[in-house]
Amino acid sequence: MTPLLQIRGLEAEVAGRKILNGLDLTVNEGEIHAIMGPNGAGKSTLSHVLAGKPGYEITGGEVLFRGEDLLAMAPDERAAKGVFLAFQYPIEIPGVATLTFLRTALNAQRKKRGEEELSSPDLLKRVREIAKKLGVDPEMLRRPLNVGFSGGEKKRNETLQMALLEPRLCILDETDSGLDIDALKVVANGVNALRAPERGMIVITHYQRLLDYIVPDIVHVLAAGRIVRTGAKELALELEATGYAQYQGEAA
Amino acid sequence: MNVHARPAKTAAELALAGVYRDARSALPGGTAVAAQRNAAFEAFSGTGLPGSRLESWKYTDLRRLMADALPLAPPPDAATRAAQAKTSGGPLAGLGLRRLVIIDGALDLAHSDLADLEPGLAVRAMAEVLASDEPLLTLGGSASVTNPTLALNAALAADGVVLSIAPGAVIARPIHLAFVNTGARVAAYTRSRVVVGADAMVALVESHEGPDGAQYQVNTALELVVGDGARVDHVKVTREGNAALHVGALLAEVGARTSFTTLGFTVGGALIRNDLAIRLAGEATVAAIRGVSLLAGTQHADTSLTVDHAAPGGQSRELFKTVVDDRARAVFQGRINVRQPAQQTDAKMMVRALLLSDDARADSKPELEIFADDVQCGHGSTVGPMDEQLKFYLLARGIPEQQAKALLIQAFAAEAVETVAHEGLREVLSDATARWVQER
Repeated sequence: MTPLLQIRGLEAEVAGRKILNGLDLTVNEGEIHAIMGPNGAGKSTLSHVLAGKPGYEITGGEVLFRGEDLLAMAPDERAAKGVFLAFQYPIEIPGVATLTFLRTALNAQRKKRGEEELSSPDLLKRVREIAKKLGVDPEMLRRPLNVGFSGGEKKRNETLQMALLEPRLCILDETDSGLDIDALKVVANGVNALRAPERGMIVITHYQRLLDYIVPDIVHVLAAGRIVRTGAKELALELEATGYAQYQGEAA
Repeated sequence: MNVHARPAKTAAELALAGVYRDARSALPGGTAVAAQRNAAFEAFSGTGLPGSRLESWKYTDLRRLMADALPLAPPPDAATRAAQAKTSGGPLAGLGLRRLVIIDGALDLAHSDLADLEPGLAVRAMAEVLASDEPLLTLGGSASVTNPTLALNAALAADGVVLSIAPGAVIARPIHLAFVNTGARVAAYTRSRVVVGADAMVALVESHEGPDGAQYQVNTALELVVGDGARVDHVKVTREGNAALHVGALLAEVGARTSFTTLGFTVGGALIRNDLAIRLAGEATVAAIRGVSLLAGTQHADTSLTVDHAAPGGQSRELFKTVVDDRARAVFQGRINVRQPAQQTDAKMMVRALLLSDDARADSKPELEIFADDVQCGHGSTVGPMDEQLKFYLLARGIPEQQAKALLIQAFAAEAVETVAHEGLREVLSDATARWVQER
């Protein structure tokens, strides 16, 4: 069966500095992969490159998403195909109401896939249902996107978008950063509710804590732009105990 | 021979002398007004058209940009008046505002909505007021010296609207001054005056429009006197034709404990200059002064603002948003003066320009001059291209590039547009923004 995501020998640079250095990773449908690693290992770069953020130069390797060349697609095309990046720092957009944004995004994706656009009442109904599950105040939907939201509200909003857009591949970039334990639980519950046989997830994190709540199938250690170790979920606990020092040594 | 001689008069300056000479005898006014017109034109002749040597016009060299001065528009014929009366104001016409129509510089009372005037509201033509020899200028007497275009307006204004709102009167229907230009190679000079009594309430909309492709010139001024405790909301929509020259002025004197808002919405015209001189004369006044300009092609639009905090406890918020595409150019000059008695003044000015092309240009010059010691004042200014982070967030959610840009441009303008209190008006401006974005 074609893997959901297949990364082979990926190399990427930012401003002439090599960040990803021959990264290999395969994610199959239904799997949750955690990627852990020290600061500067290339974790966020990986998530940005997969989503198509400008500013990165791909200097080697390939990324296939359900067998298609992901790197050849524009960011909006990737999203319509089912790639979703939950941002580490969700962007505040004054002047765009959250609900307007959700409607525009969902209908743009549906249109690109040749599906019928969702009517405003249907959309509102779906958004409200999801918001309720995530404990999102409906009032928040009328506010400008992420403007003045707390860290927890922003991450809940990311989870809400993910639930609404129903992507095939979710990439969670340091979703735990800026969250207290209660907010973390809410967000993790939201993510867990999205576990599905056809959906894969990449959970990027520095700390093991998040993985107590979003339990991965496979844990990778990313150091100096490559996956240097892969193991079962217990690897995360080991890393928590030993730290990343040995991998940083390996990187150097 | 005097080696310090002023530069030779430009073709436009020479033409203006001719325009004034030809028009003078027919302009409304008795001996007092005539004397005032002569003095104003003399003041103008002394300075000539303002150019880059004048600090307040340094980004808009009218002396160079104004190639010619056009004769005053003849009074519109009956057919033109009837036709224009129906369409003037564009989408604003559907809002049920009390519309007063000014065609080619002449107030057309016959086609204006004067039915069921609210008690306390009086409407007159400026031509009639001038004919009774009331003085032309109640405000900005000093400004006319430093602002040559306002002096020209004082010399040549033939008509306009004079509104008075009695103390305590609440005017429920917003009043729409619909200025329409129909001709080519002509000019319209108008002066309007609105006096709002103490504790009265009114919303005022000005719109200025004309045909694309026609070279015409507009010089329009509005004097606004706001009494203590009044509430006044003012919107000026400048959507002149794409070959028009529009020079406008708002001269406002605002009393104590008032709420005063103004929003300039500029989309049309080849060369646009809007001067705003707002004096917060009474204490504890709250003012919101905002502007949105959407510029494309080779448009040049200059907004020059002076806010004078003259009394204690005043609050003002200035917010100006400009979107500049193609080879257009935007200018913002904003000056907040806080006079010595104006303690506890709270003033914040923010100016943002969004550049959509490499050839677009925006100049911004915010200034503060503070003579009181216990104040909170600040200003900020940004000029730059669209934020790639914002755009990427939208793209990453599947919104195509063109749509993402459109959404962000509308959002950029929305911060100012959404402050308009009147719902219908807010929607018209919001739609106008959306249309501008789609057509670019």
